[in-house]
Amino acid sequence: MAVYKLRTPISEEEIRKLRVNDVLYISGTIVTARDQAHRRALELHKQGKPLPINLEGLAVFHCGPLMGKEGEKWVIVSAGPTTSTRMEVFEDEFIEKFKVRVIIGKGGMGTRTTEAMKKYGAVYGAFTGGAGVIAAQAVKNIKGVEWFDLGMPEALWILEVEEFGPLTVAIDSHGNNLFEEVKKRVELNKQNIYQTLGLQL
Amino acid sequence: MVTANLVEEVAVNLLRLAVIELPRDVKEALRKAYNEEESEAGKTQLEAILKNVELAEKTRKPICQDTGTIIFYIKAGAETEGLDKIPQALRNATVRATREVPLRPNAVDPFLQKNSGDNTGRFIPYINWEITSGDTLEITALPKGGGSENVSAVGMLVPGHGVKGLKKFVIDAVMRAGAKPCPPNIIGVGVGGGADIAIKLAKQALLRPLDQPNPNEDIARLEKELYEAANMTGIGPMGLGGKCTVLGVNIEYAHRHPASYPAAVAFQCWAARRATARIHADGRVEYLTHTFGGK
Repeated sequence: MAVYKLRTPISEEEIRKLRVNDVLYISGTIVTARDQAHRRALELHKQGKPLPINLEGLAVFHCGPLMGKEGEKWVIVSAGPTTSTRMEVFEDEFIEKFKVRVIIGKGGMGTRTTEAMKKYGAVYGAFTGGAGVIAAQAVKNIKGVEWFDLGMPEALWILEVEEFGPLTVAIDSHGNNLFEEVKKRVELNKQNIYQTLGLQL
Repeated sequence: MVTANLVEEVAVNLLRLAVIELPRDVKEALRKAYNEEESEAGKTQLEAILKNVELAEKTRKPICQDTGTIIFYIKAGAETEGLDKIPQALRNATVRATREVPLRPNAVDPFLQKNSGDNTGRFIPYINWEITSGDTLEITALPKGGGSENVSAVGMLVPGHGVKGLKKFVIDAVMRAGAKPCPPNIIGVGVGGGADIAIKLAKQALLRPLDQPNPNEDIARLEKELYEAANMTGIGPMGLGGKCTVLGVNIEYAHRHPASYPAAVAFQCWAARRATARIHADGRVEYLTHTFGGK
């Protein structure tokens, strides 16, 4: 297990060094995007229209933050990750089209994303679910918000962060997926657990 | 007197307490989990969780950005005056808490996909009523996170399989949920009644503190057995591997139809937020889950 501190824009070369179980901290720009934002970004791309921000080399954060207002200025209150699997249907295309290097979320992602990360050079960083205050503390500035019509949780929040983490690299760009490994172990434990519970149905 | 204003005030306080500060029993269970966890990745997660809990209390900010769907459980003494004013008072409290705490707006119209912006909407906040004797009013706020809600399970089991079928249903639900509900979780199990009753009981089971096993000894034993089994899965904190997958299993039941064996599993994330207060007829307020105003 190694600890990496990377600054955006992150290059493919830097990302290829990371392996599952490594710990990663990110400084620079990260952008929140959930289901609706993923869908809209891909639709715009299909129509040949640009996104409000160039995502190349940046990190996308599966997060619907809780924001507050101090006067006219947005302030971040709590910003932990949301469940990433909901974005599985979009993420491979999203990585391919927009060249994001890091996907941050919780709960892990599936084979489609794992394949895309291997092919195009990206990693999945697992952030502790629910740890919204730690995440908010790493946000130094709200650079902007786009697509606010989608609602506060679904909007695209552009955040300037300093040492955002710890992120556990749970999918690397070499085809390894830590969550899948844990799932396999759970599967192996199954019979033993059934036996302990006296289950011979 | 229990006035609508007092109910609103108490409900705002409960929502604020719930989203910022975990109940004592949950904090204790998380510390115990940290001490017992052996996996490196799991320990890192629990460390971040404990740090986050502490930081939320210190900065008075919500533990998690998902401040949930707002649900209230009311135990209303039949002699309490002004019971009909309570739904509106709780609605007002929800709007106020959303602005003042703040809470994330989480009430979306399922057809128009439009977020109401203030956590209220059709049937939301949802109120569960129980009429008791006397003249006190007990209010519990349960802001319920979406990630854990999404792995809820309900099944109409085979009556002939009995408790064995129930055990399998519960442990399978935990294994299937994996990392999704932000483990370590509290597992609420509801059995019997009908499909709707089982789900209701499962969620209600989440309200029981972790240090209070079911008063029925056989059920308490089953709770412990399922707790130990869930912690053998290896899912671990946040699903990154480890032994601490659940903090507790609480079971509630109703009698069943001879032909049916309804069972439901409700998941609560580690940020197991709930807060309860009792309002007495003379207007005195007791906070039961949290220290409030030095009490």
